Amino acid sequence: MARKKKEGSGLNIPDAPFRPGEEAIFETWSWKPGDLERPDPTKCTAEDTVPHAQGLVRVLGDNDKASGAWNPKLNADELREGLEHMVRLRIFDDRMMKMQRTGKLSFYMRSFGEECVAIAQTMALETQDWIFPSYRQPGAQFVRGRDMVSMICHCLGNVEDNIKGRQMPVHYSYRDGRFISISSPVGTQFSQAVGVAMASQYKKLDEVTITWIGDGASAEGDYHYALNFASIFKAPVILNVVNNQWAISTHANFATASGEFATRGLPYGLASIRVDGNDFLALYAVTKWARERAASGSGATHIEVLTYRAGAHSSSDDPSRYRSSDEHTKWPGGDPIERLRDHLIEIGEWSAKRQSGLEDRIDSEVMSAYKEAVKYGDLANGPYPEADTIFTEVYEEMPWHLKEQFDEVMEG
Amino acid sequence: MANMNMIQSLNNALDIMLERDDDVIVYGEDVGYFGGVFRTTDGLQAKHGAHRVFDSPLSEGGILATAFGMGINGLRPVVEIQFADYIFPAYDQIVNELAKIRHRSGGEYWSPVTVRTPAGGGIRGGHHHSQSPESQFTHTPGLKVVYCSTPYNAKGLLISAVECNDPVIFFEPKRCYRGPFYGDPHNVLTWEGHPEAEVPESHYTVPLGEARLVMEGGECTVIAWGAMVHVSEQAIRDSGVSCDLIDLQTLVPWDRDTVVNSIEKTGRCVIVHEAPKTSGFGAEMAASVQERCFYHLESPIQRVTGWDAPFPHTTEWDYMPGPTRIAAAIRKTQEG
Repeated sequence: MARKKKEGSGLNIPDAPFRPGEEAIFETWSWKPGDLERPDPTKCTAEDTVPHAQGLVRVLGDNDKASGAWNPKLNADELREGLEHMVRLRIFDDRMMKMQRTGKLSFYMRSFGEECVAIAQTMALETQDWIFPSYRQPGAQFVRGRDMVSMICHCLGNVEDNIKGRQMPVHYSYRDGRFISISSPVGTQFSQAVGVAMASQYKKLDEVTITWIGDGASAEGDYHYALNFASIFKAPVILNVVNNQWAISTHANFATASGEFATRGLPYGLASIRVDGNDFLALYAVTKWARERAASGSGATHIEVLTYRAGAHSSSDDPSRYRSSDEHTKWPGGDPIERLRDHLIEIGEWSAKRQSGLEDRIDSEVMSAYKEAVKYGDLANGPYPEADTIFTEVYEEMPWHLKEQFDEVMEG
Repeated sequence: MANMNMIQSLNNALDIMLERDDDVIVYGEDVGYFGGVFRTTDGLQAKHGAHRVFDSPLSEGGILATAFGMGINGLRPVVEIQFADYIFPAYDQIVNELAKIRHRSGGEYWSPVTVRTPAGGGIRGGHHHSQSPESQFTHTPGLKVVYCSTPYNAKGLLISAVECNDPVIFFEPKRCYRGPFYGDPHNVLTWEGHPEAEVPESHYTVPLGEARLVMEGGECTVIAWGAMVHVSEQAIRDSGVSCDLIDLQTLVPWDRDTVVNSIEKTGRCVIVHEAPKTSGFGAEMAASVQERCFYHLESPIQRVTGWDAPFPHTTEWDYMPGPTRIAAAIRKTQEG
């Protein structure tokens, strides 16, 4: 039978809620701080977390006050430390993006709007815990004390890049901070992290592994391998799906038809929680809970970190081509930095003046780190790592066939 | 010394490594309680405990991903992919992750995983229990690729692979598990009485990167690996031509000196493998031989391989290189 010439077909193709030129209108969250109980992480079952997977853990209310069973009751110094790391990451990202535009680095990815994710979560961990990030969690390195000059040298791909110009910018590796090398293929780290955790378990060490995957990458097989292995082997791992709504231009509606991510952990038998990813306190508390659960031998926690990718996917992306321009300003979770700042002000531990002072101080810190790093070279002007770095560390020792090619280059 | 078939010698290698190194951990599909569909891990769980030797979910991607992570965190996993044909769900984890981690992290991280996998045809396994996908791994920098052929080298190579700090893809010719295979499917042999089945019971290694000279002769060099080593041995006898037979054993890095010295002596070369011809590792060998030995060559290099078609079920003996085809290729190198 001839195909009918008419619009569309029988295929059901989802769409994003708002496209360029349309006004973004998000549903207001009905979940408030205090709505959800905090079960005992060492004893509760996956079933006990059904309300948490279907609901949304929040601590910071619309009134900038912290409340509810999940309030981690951090002191003002801890809150200020979190704020400082987030501000540092945002200013750092902005500087790097500017430098990318001038050709000093090939590529960049900001964490804009998601600064809270890696920072609050890493602060909730112990220093012996393993961090297995995707490219949107570089902020964990600030918490683990990485020198900013070293981070910039990596992004510039210069002679001081600790990974020797071998990967694109933002693909950090930081062994001293137990921050495991970032890989470009999305999602691979998620299932690998379960293996890292299984090794800790095998060695009976008090180590937990945390990892993140995007909403988009949760459609990869690795996501399901991770949940399944974590559940079967009760691995001490914290599995986060950062649902930031967008995977480059692919809306989360193309990653799941259900509109839900947290609940997908339940049929695997994993404790599952959805948390407001722009709420520093909620994210900290949920991660602390998951760590306690993992360390007690009760297994993994599957967390949906509900947030919004306020910036472009990367320096190569232009979101105005596929989404409404006002989405991130309309996001019900607001901005993570502003929310923690306003909370600190609300409790009398911060002020607008101190905020601007902090921003100025970090701006200078970033500028001076950048100036220091660029002395070792940048992508536009070099110097670059020596060509021998192409051949080293492919194997523990260079085999003869690689040595021949190495000699060819070096004798060039 | 004991007479062992290849299953027993591989089992013995794993047993020794589990005994010697607490960081060695063995898992895969059906590997634990049951001891593997080919029985290679038989008894290891009972002896070393379920925390050392265990069953995994049916998830090749998950097996490799978790092995990668364990390797990062100080363990030395030896995982089994039940048939090499089923390795592809794990291909991304092997090619993009395992092979690159040391390099991509500037040497901060590495993962010394050994992937054991039965490969090759001759067991009526059809499309998906017969393939020999070595060239899909030899093309990936960062991996070492091994193909054993006898009980003796299987054990020594596997111990080397486990002790190696680089990831190793370890192919086992399943047709040779219980006996050598000389190309006659009706002649089912055992390893009993075979000199290469005399295996020391203690720890020893066959170094990675070293080939084995199986037969010595002056008129042609035959290069093979896996089951094709034995088929080539038969073909050489049938051909009446005096040949060096080189069992490559390690494909990456392959043994340059043994190959080059032999061809400089014989001036003629036949390369034999089960995998399809196009882009097979034989193409790499032929290219390398002409680069290094062109002025010693007396005749064109011959390749005898599987056909560029999916591996068949009932017609597998028309697909796999047999002594007749290999002998014809050897004779062809003697023309002109």
